[in-house]
Amino acid sequence: MDKAKNSKLLSMFSGTFGFTIISILIGLGIGAIVLLIAGFNPIEAYGIMLSGVFSKPKYIAYAIIYATPLIITGLSVAFAFRTGLFNIGAEGQYIVGALVAALTGYFFNLPPFIHVIVVFLFAATAAGLWGGIAGFLKARFGVHEVISTIMLNWIALYLNNYVVNLNGFKKPQSEASYEILNTANISLLSEWKLSDAGREWLSNFPFLADLMRAPVNFGFMIALLLALIVWFILNKTTLGYELRAVGFNKYAAEYGGIGVKKSIITSMVIAGALAGLAGAVQVLGVTNKVAVLAAMEGYGFNGIAVSLIGANTAFGNVFAGLLFGALNYGGPKIQSGLQAPSEVVDIVIGTIVFFIAIPGFIKMLLTLRSKKRGDTNGR
Amino acid sequence: MEGSLILTIGFILGTTLMYATPLIYTALGGVISENAGVVNIGLEGMMTIGAFTGAAVGYFTGNPWLAFIAAGLAGGFLALFHAIASVSFAADQVVSGIAINFLGPGLALFLSRIFFEGATMTKSISLNDKIPRPFNGIFPQNSILDLIFNQYATVYLAFFLVFIVWYSLYKTKFGLRLRAVGEHPKAADTLGVNVYKIRYWAVILSGVFAGFGGAAMSIAVVSNFRPTLISGQGFIALAAVIFGKWKPQGAMLAALLFGGAQGLTVYLGGTGIQVSSQILAMLPYVITLIVLIGFVGKAVSPAANGVAYEKGER
Repeated sequence: MDKAKNSKLLSMFSGTFGFTIISILIGLGIGAIVLLIAGFNPIEAYGIMLSGVFSKPKYIAYAIIYATPLIITGLSVAFAFRTGLFNIGAEGQYIVGALVAALTGYFFNLPPFIHVIVVFLFAATAAGLWGGIAGFLKARFGVHEVISTIMLNWIALYLNNYVVNLNGFKKPQSEASYEILNTANISLLSEWKLSDAGREWLSNFPFLADLMRAPVNFGFMIALLLALIVWFILNKTTLGYELRAVGFNKYAAEYGGIGVKKSIITSMVIAGALAGLAGAVQVLGVTNKVAVLAAMEGYGFNGIAVSLIGANTAFGNVFAGLLFGALNYGGPKIQSGLQAPSEVVDIVIGTIVFFIAIPGFIKMLLTLRSKKRGDTNGR
Repeated sequence: MEGSLILTIGFILGTTLMYATPLIYTALGGVISENAGVVNIGLEGMMTIGAFTGAAVGYFTGNPWLAFIAAGLAGGFLALFHAIASVSFAADQVVSGIAINFLGPGLALFLSRIFFEGATMTKSISLNDKIPRPFNGIFPQNSILDLIFNQYATVYLAFFLVFIVWYSLYKTKFGLRLRAVGEHPKAADTLGVNVYKIRYWAVILSGVFAGFGGAAMSIAVVSNFRPTLISGQGFIALAAVIFGKWKPQGAMLAALLFGGAQGLTVYLGGTGIQVSSQILAMLPYVITLIVLIGFVGKAVSPAANGVAYEKGER
């Protein structure tokens, strides 16, 4: 499952903006049909989702907060894709990053700003090494990265559970770790907004006051910065050129003097570091701790879908991530509002990915249409 | 003391069989699909929809075998979409599989909420309506034979199906064609084998088996469906396929090994022995990784596995 696939993956994702939009529309359409069959009014349901995301500043903030880790895991998947690698391991790399962020955020005693930087460095390094394992196994032993990263995801999950359960890190009477120190927190004015002065000041600005009711943090800014960095590395540096060359045609790249094996490892290390940063951003900005995981949380798997919908480009990822954030935040609101199952969101996402996987289908639809038109014109 | 050791072994073996069974069904599905040249990482989603369908049909009809078959059909139905994408439209099979893994659990939970008053957990089926245990009461209670062999019928059916799949793959014309399609589709096509048709059937069958695997979990091992019931077993089954070198008997042994790790975890969890269950749970994946490294240089995967076949392509 190697040679032909990688080249096809690339051709599939170049210049597919139109197909992506059509796929999203089909996804929403299938979601509507499923809702209709189940006896719900799809217009009402989508209406609730829309107003559930856009009707209040707080809601918009929440949707962006939901989108943030997905944008970053999406970047991780996209980065590997461009080198011809399928990083299904973003899930595990995210877990490792989150775990290391919680550990260093709790155990290290450092001044405010420096603490954050150190936590990010440690999380990115650990998750980078975790991703690098898959790269190394592929380069050295020819183990396909899809299989090795699936294994590494589960190893990461149980490793997380093991570490969270350790004495001194686990908060008694809970299934989670202690919370990170305030010096590592990246929330935006989280103490000030609850103080008397903060409340008084905010009461003059209803928009800001409502916005600040969400756990607003610097995560989204970091995600945008990372998107910029990924774009820059891929498109403006020698390293990015080499990585993409390997993705296009590894034999040609090798002939041209590029170390294919080294590129594979480098790409997986960077992809891992990115996914790890997603975990770190989530811990420092939103959860402040890590918990025992009964199942995969899905940040990495959603990241794959984000990357596919974003056509594996840095900025496509930002938009696809925001779409996901909106769907994931707005979706559950139809549960309370309509008693309609919120899992319709997964059906919509699955359908979008499904149709993105088969651009041939949409092409066929388009040619059928133009053929028909051609026939009638001919007559 | 000696007696209790034997009983302990009996308990672990029995638990191993119980937990290995869902994996065996699903891994057999993977073996069929991948031998025909279609990678199926959607097994997880197909297993989940099977687990839900089994639990729901079992609850409403009270007939466990009807529930089991319905679960297979549900898995096969979901697999049909994977077949359409990866066979007819030459889609990237991994991407299509990922779509299936969104659709399967999404549909399962959606339907659960519709049929079970908004709950993501189906109502438990009564003990009498679960898959029967053919050797129940034949051996003295809690004797070693009872602990090992007093299993649900799905356990025995799984081993029987391993034999059937092995026989079909290696001793029948259909099996030969199926493997030919996975090794060298162009050659098979030249000889008049319908590559598309065989791949369609292989993928649909893999979904049927994964659906069985889900039901073997939801109406035998436990008695209802819940969101975390399958979580990852489809992926473990996929690991078993590779670990077992794409052969039914190999996949079965790998599933038994993974089931054994689970059985040991359950046993140790009950004894308070200071071995972390988390570390034990991690073992199957670590072993698989190590085994994969050992595969170096040996071409064991079907040659055309994961490669879409397009007629007339040079």
